[in-house]
Amino acid sequence: MTQSETEAQETLTNAQGVEAVIVSQDVEKWYDNGFHVLKGVSLNIYKGEVVVIMGPSGSGKSTFIRTFNALEPYQKGKIEIDGIEIAHDLKNIEAIRREVGMVFQQFNLFPHLTVLQNVTLAPIWVRRWKKSKAEEIAMRLLDRVGIREQAYKYPGQLSGGQQQRVAIARSLAMQPKVMLFDEPTSALDPEMVREVLDVMRNLAKDGMTMVCVTHEVGFAREVADRVVLMDEGMLVEENTPEAFFNNPKEERSQKFLSQIL
Amino acid sequence: MTTISSRPADTKPPQNQTSPLTWVRKNLFNNIFNSILTIVLVIIIGLALRGLVLWIFQGAEWAVVTNNVSLFMTGLYPRDLYWRAWLMLGIVVALAGFTWGVVGRNLGSLFSRNVLMGLALAALLIMLLPITRPNAPRLIAYEALTVAMAWLGQQAGRKFSGLGMKLSIGWFASYFVLLYLLAGGDVRASVLYFVGMIAVSAIAGWQLAARVSLLPKLGLFEKILLFLVGFIATYLVLWYGSWLLGVEVGLDRASTSKWGGLMLTLLLAITGIALCFPVGLLMALGRRSQLPIVRGLSIAYIELIRGVPLISILFMGQVMIPLFLPEGTRPDRIVRAIVGLTIFSSAYLAENVRAGLQSIPRGQTEAAQSLGLNTPLTMSLIVLPQALKVAIPAIVGQFISLFQDTTLLGIVGLVELLGITQSILANPSYLGDYAEGYAFIAAIYWVFCYAMTYGSRRLETSLNNELR
Repeated sequence: MTQSETEAQETLTNAQGVEAVIVSQDVEKWYDNGFHVLKGVSLNIYKGEVVVIMGPSGSGKSTFIRTFNALEPYQKGKIEIDGIEIAHDLKNIEAIRREVGMVFQQFNLFPHLTVLQNVTLAPIWVRRWKKSKAEEIAMRLLDRVGIREQAYKYPGQLSGGQQQRVAIARSLAMQPKVMLFDEPTSALDPEMVREVLDVMRNLAKDGMTMVCVTHEVGFAREVADRVVLMDEGMLVEENTPEAFFNNPKEERSQKFLSQIL
Repeated sequence: MTTISSRPADTKPPQNQTSPLTWVRKNLFNNIFNSILTIVLVIIIGLALRGLVLWIFQGAEWAVVTNNVSLFMTGLYPRDLYWRAWLMLGIVVALAGFTWGVVGRNLGSLFSRNVLMGLALAALLIMLLPITRPNAPRLIAYEALTVAMAWLGQQAGRKFSGLGMKLSIGWFASYFVLLYLLAGGDVRASVLYFVGMIAVSAIAGWQLAARVSLLPKLGLFEKILLFLVGFIATYLVLWYGSWLLGVEVGLDRASTSKWGGLMLTLLLAITGIALCFPVGLLMALGRRSQLPIVRGLSIAYIELIRGVPLISILFMGQVMIPLFLPEGTRPDRIVRAIVGLTIFSSAYLAENVRAGLQSIPRGQTEAAQSLGLNTPLTMSLIVLPQALKVAIPAIVGQFISLFQDTTLLGIVGLVELLGITQSILANPSYLGDYAEGYAFIAAIYWVFCYAMTYGSRRLETSLNNELR
């Protein structure tokens, strides 16, 4: 990254709220069985920002971030990614997904491809990069997440923490404008949580825009710019991490924190 | 501070080596009941084996097989055209050897002790068995050809990478060459016909690739132009080229009614397998499609065909279609047979592939989509490779069924391996030699089916790399 680019990114980050990457307004969603899972959620994500979404299970937080790359359709409201509205007929869907990276709870690596192939697949087939260029960038990313030496192994040969780091590298390879993390550490053994959080922490430090659904309080305190609590398909509280964890505004937040802290 | 002292050095698992005698005592004679059971079973198996061996070497009248080998192999194929059958076998053998070499290009030596012993055993059997003895020199020459081609294939495989793709094209092309050798006729017309077919499939392939946005899309005009230019150019070269050179082109026609025996069985099975796979794949994808019409048609096709016995489809093809279509417009009866087999097997294959598709977790599709891959790419790069791998045993099982189902065509009047056997056994001079005739073809069917099973197992292990 050249110096001017770094500076440009920094100025945008500092002037918080100047440019929104994700704009969502009154998003409502019903499941096929009629369950009202999102009841008018509005949340804007600004460039360079790290937003942590917390909430009890079943509160709709995963479903909410999955609407950002159209993995979940929604019925009412509006979502704009980088100025492009997610149309309900899903016409511009691939263009949007290219700009939004996603890391899943279950990693979802492609087991029939090597680590390197996992990372280069989308750049080669979607971005149409040459194989050599894609591999070079992929190796740099694998280096960044600390698993360069595993490049030629298959996902099944790696530990959970390593797999999740490959998944992060795979998403980064598309050079997304925003990264979504859907409980990235929930399926990991305790001793592997740290290595994944370290990678995410570095990512945040480098100025990546991130939306994380997670229960990691330490991570939220240290890295997040904003913490959002969701419950029963609604936003309960939106606050800075200090305020959220030390003296939350809402009674519901206090109750939630008393259960997890 | 306490330390864990004297941590034992890495030890090997205890080895319980048992001599065969102790194994027998432990597993077969560990109590009175098992001892009696063992003895009784040994006696029964021994008697059965003795009976079988005695029958094979003394009781059986193998003349019915040895006198009719060429009938079993090629049916009523004209005797003066046998050289074409031999040529076909030679091409297959050479290609197979070459493929073997290319596949084993990274082995230190292609001819390990086991392989050499197998080759020697094959040569010995060729010389000793009464079925192969008359043609022993030629068959051993073919064996030598296989070995030579394998060696060549290994050298070539080491030198040029990416030979595998070209090899599959070679097999594909050889199918048409073999078909031409089998059928004969004007080579120019045949070539023109295949050029037409290849041009059509090339354009279709281009179209498919363009859907995945690999290549620029072709307009209708460009497609027609491309096709016509290719076709006319081939036509001019073939007709005027051969006329200028003054050569007679083409082999004698061998009518399809003369095709028979193992040759016909293999033709039916290979063509059926090659056709039913893509059809079944499309039907499986269609059944999972989001588009209601595509899904409805796929379900209708699959459920309709699976509800009808194969023999009735074959009878329809052989007996009813000629009733409805006027003379001259009906397709050849072998084509009708292949279409029947394909229609039937593809419906079952579709269900096997669908089972494979369903075994792939939703997360795989979601991960691919979240990377920006469109539906065709997600299918072809992520879902299908995994689904087909899961479905290999079921798919190969379906192929084996198809191979065995070709015998039903013997019932509807084609002289494939079973059909020709029935005609041979109807000859009064071989009256009562049923056991010999059927045992012989049973062995042939077993060899081919076992080869398919073995191949599928090898394929599975070679694809199982991700769980090393």
